[in-house]
Amino acid sequence: MKRNRTPPGTRGPAWILAPLPFNLLCVTVGCVLLAHAPHMPAWYTAALLAIVAVRWWQRRRQHRRVSAWLRIVLLVSVLATTIAVYGSPFGREPGAAIVCGLLVIKVLESERLRDARMAIGFACFILMSALLFDESLWFTIMVGLMLLPALATLRALEPGLPESRWLPAFRTGGVLLAASLPAALLGFLLIPRLAMPLWGAPDNGVASTGISDRMAPGDLHSLLTNDAVAMRIGFDGAPPPDGQRYFRGMVLWDFDGQAWLPGAAARRPWPPGRVATRGPVTRYEVTLLASHQHWLFALDVPVEAPEGVQLGPDHTLWSIKPVDQTLRYRVASATGYRLAPEDLDPRLRAAALELPPGFDPRARELAEQWRAAAGANDTRIIQDALTLFHDGGFVYDLDAPPLGRDSIDDFLFDTRTGFCEHYASAFTFLMRAAGIPARVVVGYQGGYWNDFAHYLLIRQSDAHAWSEVWLAGRGWVRIDPTAAVSRVIMASTGGAAGDVGGGGRNWWMPWRDRLDIVNRWWGQTVVGFDALNQSRLFRPFGIEHTTVRMLGITLAVIVFLALGVGALLTSLRPRGKPRDALAAAQLRLQHRLARIGIVRGMTEGPNHFYLRTAATLPESAPVLLDLGAEYVALRYAYSEPPPEQVRVFVRRVRHFRPRHMVK
Amino acid sequence: MGAAAHGERRTITGRILRRLPGLARGRAPEPLPVKLESRRVYIVPTRAGLGFAVLLAAMLVGALNYQNNSALLLTCILAATLAFSMLLTWRELHDLTLHSLHADHGFCDARLPIHLAFADDGRARPGLHIALDEIQQPCPLYRGVSRVTVTAPTEARGWMAIPRMQLSSTVPFGLFRAWSWITPNQRVLVYPRILQDVRPRSRIDDPNERVTGGDEFAGLRDYHAGDPIRHVAWKASARHDHLLVREFDRAAPGQPLRFDWYALSGVDRETRISRLTGWVCDAYAAAHPWILILENRRVLGPGSDAAHYHLCLTALAELP
Repeated sequence: MKRNRTPPGTRGPAWILAPLPFNLLCVTVGCVLLAHAPHMPAWYTAALLAIVAVRWWQRRRQHRRVSAWLRIVLLVSVLATTIAVYGSPFGREPGAAIVCGLLVIKVLESERLRDARMAIGFACFILMSALLFDESLWFTIMVGLMLLPALATLRALEPGLPESRWLPAFRTGGVLLAASLPAALLGFLLIPRLAMPLWGAPDNGVASTGISDRMAPGDLHSLLTNDAVAMRIGFDGAPPPDGQRYFRGMVLWDFDGQAWLPGAAARRPWPPGRVATRGPVTRYEVTLLASHQHWLFALDVPVEAPEGVQLGPDHTLWSIKPVDQTLRYRVASATGYRLAPEDLDPRLRAAALELPPGFDPRARELAEQWRAAAGANDTRIIQDALTLFHDGGFVYDLDAPPLGRDSIDDFLFDTRTGFCEHYASAFTFLMRAAGIPARVVVGYQGGYWNDFAHYLLIRQSDAHAWSEVWLAGRGWVRIDPTAAVSRVIMASTGGAAGDVGGGGRNWWMPWRDRLDIVNRWWGQTVVGFDALNQSRLFRPFGIEHTTVRMLGITLAVIVFLALGVGALLTSLRPRGKPRDALAAAQLRLQHRLARIGIVRGMTEGPNHFYLRTAATLPESAPVLLDLGAEYVALRYAYSEPPPEQVRVFVRRVRHFRPRHMVK
Repeated sequence: MGAAAHGERRTITGRILRRLPGLARGRAPEPLPVKLESRRVYIVPTRAGLGFAVLLAAMLVGALNYQNNSALLLTCILAATLAFSMLLTWRELHDLTLHSLHADHGFCDARLPIHLAFADDGRARPGLHIALDEIQQPCPLYRGVSRVTVTAPTEARGWMAIPRMQLSSTVPFGLFRAWSWITPNQRVLVYPRILQDVRPRSRIDDPNERVTGGDEFAGLRDYHAGDPIRHVAWKASARHDHLLVREFDRAAPGQPLRFDWYALSGVDRETRISRLTGWVCDAYAAAHPWILILENRRVLGPGSDAAHYHLCLTALAELP
């Protein structure tokens, strides 16, 4: 007999969920919870997983329903927990936490096939929503693989699977998933992208991913320990040397005593003054990951803005649309430059000297002392400040103590511990107090050079703040006060702290490089594929601008063709000769006999056929009767005839030559 | 313009009407073997399939709105996978060949087993269901397993055309349902309804005794449809709220029983036939020889073997 295959429905009423699909459903839900684990509190994920595990155990031990009261209590606790943790049930994270809880409750009440199907659909949706938190290649692959248990559950809900064996349930889904990848990719390319979202700004509440346009000492702390990729830069020629890798983001003009803000000067169309470039212009392409900010980053100092981006008066790049998804742009920068060397617009000058009254008296006093000692020599004052940072017992440490109301005074005379923000902030303050126009610039500095693919990788931990002072005849000059600090304590919280230049090259660096090439490809080609890229899709075919209508038609044609090709492929017979050698031999014998006029009737059984043939061909009768007996024995005595005997039969049939009928 | 549209509509309707017999091909009985070619396999999404379509649409809109290409890619993969499952569902039926069928002997009102022999083309069809009425009967086919048995409802004795069979499958994911019709041009004989005796089957009701009017009186039992009127114990029945009939002991062993059409007067024709059928079955089960006397004094028997049994039942089934 064949293996005993009972459809899952046969053990009870057909709509009751059998053990195999239920187990697979639990696995699917576990996968979904794990996919959302990175952004949910660990204890919440653990609690939900535990509920699924208990439910699995309960249904295995005793087949009893879970009471509606318990489910209601769970529902209320999920909502209450979410509100307690996130403060509101609305938004991306709390939404994800709630739907994960709902899915677990759905598992509790899943007793029927219909429940299980609904739960699987729900699980697929929640899996997709996990990608809203992390678009990286590895995470996408992982989530894609998590579709397999979902498909296996759907398969196990249908009849025809051996019970309690998992592999066959996974096979169908796996094969289908693999076979559908080309079609899925075409669909991905051709589905028209929305130029504007239909509802809601995709992101408001995410402050953690990138530099914001407000800088208070200590704000960047979480960023400096964050190893996430901020952008990747491929240079047309050689990359700039280490000391010049300052990537300008935004310029902060206004200080309110606590924080530096862009201020009015950043957005006024005041003449920025002339830019004199020296040396060659560096051209490069930036792949900026979604920052949800308007600022684009460019090597100090950009001279040409990419399409659709404003080059501001303080030489920053400002995009009209926030960067809500990966953005690629080309920029040209001059590393040797003079910014407004001749004269500074008086309004800009005023903005660059303004200080909030009533803050930080000791710092002002110190700056005035320097001014009195140096006279008109601005350079000397700058030197004084840098010397202070170098020799005044200042420490670079990401674990900076908090500062009070007079943050600059506290830092300069009390804590003397901080990182780039503290130094840039204090330095700029001192310069303004001494009468030198100064401003804070925020961006990235350093980066990691990938030797294999030749691009510069900038992480969030490379975020940096520095100062620019305006000197007559030299224009705006970049001063990095953090570089003056001699004593460096690496943060106890870990992180690359690219702020002071990354560590050495380890043995695993080449592997990390190779891995990052794939990430870069993913970011550039998949994550960054937008409506603009799509409109250029058919350029290789001579169509300059691809319209949504063309995309739709192509998509429809391809869907049609794919289904047609699929139908053709699936309708193909299993290739090769019939697997049943016995039947093939019998057919061969029948053909041979048919040629001499003995045709087997449609309804004629083998016994009768052989008897009749033997009677018609008396000379071959003994052989025929023998063959007939053997055939009947092989065919009907076994479910699986022994191969050696079949081979003997086949050989005998091959050698059999019927004598012609004697008429 | 209106007239033109009307004319066009008429021709379209006409065309459809002309095509209709072709579309309804499944209804006309056809000789076996029958192969389910691609044109006669139909497929539609199930309710679950429609639900998933809505879900995929929601995922698509969500992914597009959040401009999240990873989510969009995942949605595309899931959509393509589920759409391609349609091909597997279709493949469950496509090229399926019904070689032959034969039916067991069955009695009216019981379900009649029909054995179907499909061609073993090496393809497994684990989700095959066959319905001859409202009941979907699972009939999984595997390599080497190409014979299945289904049961058909029976409503009347006599020759019955095998009802139209619906073959269907929802494997692999239950999102699509493929189906096709086969109406084999074969008939099977349905034996008449058995009128069960209220007494246990082991005790044979002995009509022989009643006809001769003879032996020992054994007792009273409740009246059952088909009992001869003259066996009713009227006096005893008057004391109860239902009719009672007299029972008699069995005849001597070895003597063939006589089941006589004419002994059962006073009941309607079908009840008579059913009653005779019940007696024949009981006698055959007890291996007791019997004689069946039908209309027009047609006598069958005596005998007690299977051939006689089937001869009698066939004769009863074929009575006009």
